[in-house]
Order: sequence, then C-alpha cells, then structure tokens
Amino acid sequence: MRDVSIAGIGLTPVGEHWEISLRDLAQEAASEALDNAGTTAVDAIYVANALAGQISRQEHLGPLVADVLGLRGVEAIRVEAADASGGMALRQAYLAVASGAIETALVVGVEKFTDLVASPRQSALASSLDAEFEAEQGATPAAMAALIMQRYLYEYGLTLEAFAGFSENAHANGALNEHAMYRNRLRPGMFASAPVVAPPVGLFDAAPEGDGAAALVISSSEHARDMGAVPVRIVASAAASDSLAVQDRANPLALEAARISARKAFQQAGLGPDDIDLFELHDSFTIMAALSLEAAGFAETGQGHRMARPEMIGLGGSLPIGTFGGLKARGNPGGATGVYQAVEIVQQLRGVAGKNQVEGARIGMAQNLGAMGGTAVTHIFQPLD
Amino acid sequence: MEVARHWRLRKQRYTLPEVTPNDVMGPLAGQQSMSAANGAVLTMQAERVEASRVTTGEVYSWTTVFNPPFDFEEQAPYFLAMIRMDDGALLTAQLTDLDEEPQIGMRVEMVTRKLRTDGPAGMIIYGYKFRKNL
Repeated sequence: MRDVSIAGIGLTPVGEHWEISLRDLAQEAASEALDNAGTTAVDAIYVANALAGQISRQEHLGPLVADVLGLRGVEAIRVEAADASGGMALRQAYLAVASGAIETALVVGVEKFTDLVASPRQSALASSLDAEFEAEQGATPAAMAALIMQRYLYEYGLTLEAFAGFSENAHANGALNEHAMYRNRLRPGMFASAPVVAPPVGLFDAAPEGDGAAALVISSSEHARDMGAVPVRIVASAAASDSLAVQDRANPLALEAARISARKAFQQAGLGPDDIDLFELHDSFTIMAALSLEAAGFAETGQGHRMARPEMIGLGGSLPIGTFGGLKARGNPGGATGVYQAVEIVQQLRGVAGKNQVEGARIGMAQNLGAMGGTAVTHIFQPLD
Repeated sequence: MEVARHWRLRKQRYTLPEVTPNDVMGPLAGQQSMSAANGAVLTMQAERVEASRVTTGEVYSWTTVFNPPFDFEEQAPYFLAMIRMDDGALLTAQLTDLDEEPQIGMRVEMVTRKLRTDGPAGMIIYGYKFRKNL
C-alpha cells in the first residue's frame, strides 16, 4: 500500500442556499480544491451524497459532477452511507490511491437539503434508518437520538443540562467561522430554555441540516509533495458497521461501529487517544457527541458527557472538538459532512485555521457516523513533512 | 402503491410473537447481537421465539415525535418508544391509547393499530403498537 496524502481542499459555507443548486455547490467546492492542489489532472471522482435522489430527484451523481467540472471522461461514482457518505468516499479514494490503481482522486461531498421542508424532508432523513422496523413506526433520526438520550439520562442519573457544554462549544467555535451556518454564541440559559424537538432532545442538541459542499484532492504522498499546497498525510483510514436498527444492538447506548473503526485507526497509525490533538466528531445530536467520545476511547462508558467543558473540548482544551463549529454550528451538510471534517482538519494541520486555530496541532482525527451509527468511518491525519 | 412491500411483512406486523426463525424477518427471528465484551455472536434462540407468545414488556425509552415523516402528520404528536419485551427482545414502536406521559419501566402490551395510510388513495397499513397494560 502506498502512502496517501491530501493535496488540496475546498468548501462552501453551510446554509440555506436557496439560490444554489446541487451541481453548483459541488462545482464551487471542487474547483476550489483543484485550484488549491494546483491540478486538474484527476483519475477518478468520488461523490459523497446521502439524499439527492429523494430531495433533488437526482441520482447518478458521478457524471453530473464530472461534467460540471469539465472532467468528462474521468471515471466517477457516488458513495452513499447516509451522513457517513463523506468519510466513506474519502476512504474509497484513499484505498484506490493507496493500491496504486489511481494516482490522483477528487472527493466531492455535496448535500442539498433545503429543497424539501417539513414532513417530506423528515421522510427523506428517515430513510437512513431501518425502513421496516424504525421508519415504518414513524421514527426519524431526531426521534431515535431522543430514545437513546432518554435512556442515557435514565441510566446515568443525568439531566439534559449535562450536554449543554457540547452545544455551547460548537456555537463558540462556529461564531469564529465564516463558513458556519450559525455564528451566534449561546448565552447563559439559552440551552436549557430551547424549544423541544423530541424530548429530551432540544433545539440546541440537534444539528441543523444545511446545504453545502466540500472537496479534497487525494494523491500519493510522493506526488502530493510536487503539487501546489502543503500536503497532509492520511495515517489511518478505517470503517466499520453496526446493526442498522438500534433495537438490534446488544447495548443501544454503545456505538459499536465507532468503537471498532477507532480501534482499527489507532492500530494503523500506531497511536492512541492521548496522541490526538483535535477530534472532529459527529455531533449530529449532543448525545452522539458523548457516545462518540466514549466509543473512540476518549471517555469511559457513561462518562462522555463529563467532557462537555471548555477546558476539555474548547479550542485551547485538552481535546478540542468541532473546532469550526461541528455539525451543530457549522451546520450538518448530510453526506458531505465527512469531507468537511477532513477539510477542517487539513486547515488545522496546515496552520491556516485563523481564529479557529488549535495551537500546535499536529495530529487530527475525524469520525463520521451514518444515521445512528450503523456506519462509522475514522481517519487520522498528520502533516506529511 | 407499495402493496407487495407491505404484504410480505404481514407476519411481522400482525402476529409478531408467532414469527419463527424460518420466516423472513423480525427482530425476534434469529436475532443476533454482538457482545461488546468478547466479540462472541449471541443468537437469541429459536426456542425462545417458538415458545414465546410474549406480547408484553416495559418501556425501555420513549420520546414524542412533533416533526413527523410524510403520512404520519395526522397522528402527530405521537409517542415513540423502545419496548423491552418480556423475553428480552427490544422493539421500536409507537405507544397508543395513552393519556399520560410515559415512564421508563411502564408495563405495556402489544395491540394492532393503523400505522399510516399510504397516500390519499393508498392502502391502510396496520401493525403493532403498544398500550399501557390494562
């Protein structure tokens, strides 16, 4: 297997982009990434997307994105793994380049949520759950997160306030990020008084769905050195699966796929949790942030919520998370999320994160989850030189 | 119209406790779960399912759905729960016929109810829900 690096990055702001189509979002982010890498010579395109078929009535995204980039003829495929599509697409590109079959790949994550609203959007979101055992009962991702969170609060004798720090951290970091969907800090008391989404999940527990696109140029490390920007090496790439239906898990409060993928990633990199300088986790709901921290080995079982304090997860904390606002404040761009996470870590490791910079960051980790954790993809990154 | 999709789930929807592992589907049918401790695959045994006529359990967790999917709007808000059946299986299902807020541990029993209508001209889809033990 060859050494693989990220040679270029691009992204759009996440938000309600009524005036921008799916293809235009993809074009904007991908063009920026190609410019950043200083190349248009890509051998394959991996498009990460979760719901375009339902929301935009557009499947077959590979040729759509290739065409809009002026790259007709290049092989192009869409990767779908719910909101883990981005991490999974990055992994497919990594494997292709590492194998030597592909020299340079373009990963484009794109999601266009806002063309649907209300119950039709909820139906689209619910398609990432088990159709027969969850969605057919009227479940949505927010409802499933609520079921997990309700039991977590019960098991560990907690109140919702235990999770406030995750949301406050996300909004504090999002306030500094010009690409963030929400740039407001949470004032004291706002979390506790938020409208209820699905009890106990409140408005500030749930990440807002937003339109957005992000892109990466992936190449062999040898080749990436000769390209236009500072390369960042992918030192580990691992994915795992869990039961799609939460009811089929031995412990519904444990993210088994996240645990397996993190363990495999640490093994590949020869690193452990103490070595990680920043962690872009999948905070689609605050409970998922806590469970992700537990699954990845940063907290003991049932103790993930204890990390929701600035001295631990803030930009200057022991393990900064959601450094550009995470899904909660930067916004949740669905199947593009995993690509955003990688782009943001590259910015951190290049030292170009501006006001969101984690000082001295050398090793970054991203964990991208699909729906309630049926898919988990973990990557670890380091500067190449 | 999705008639066949729902027709093939009729045992799961209407007679869940009588589903056997030889039937196609079901959380009770040959369910496997991965032990986090040792990685061993535990199969919830066929005997349990065959011996089971369990229709009762208790609320493992619950929430209220205010933002429903398409075709569920007229029911909203509704209680969604996970039920720990008395034979150990876990099921995601709606709570029905309930005038009070559910509690974790509340005893419930399975009933057949309308889940939704498949669009204005579609079939009515029935299935299991749970109500407080009478």
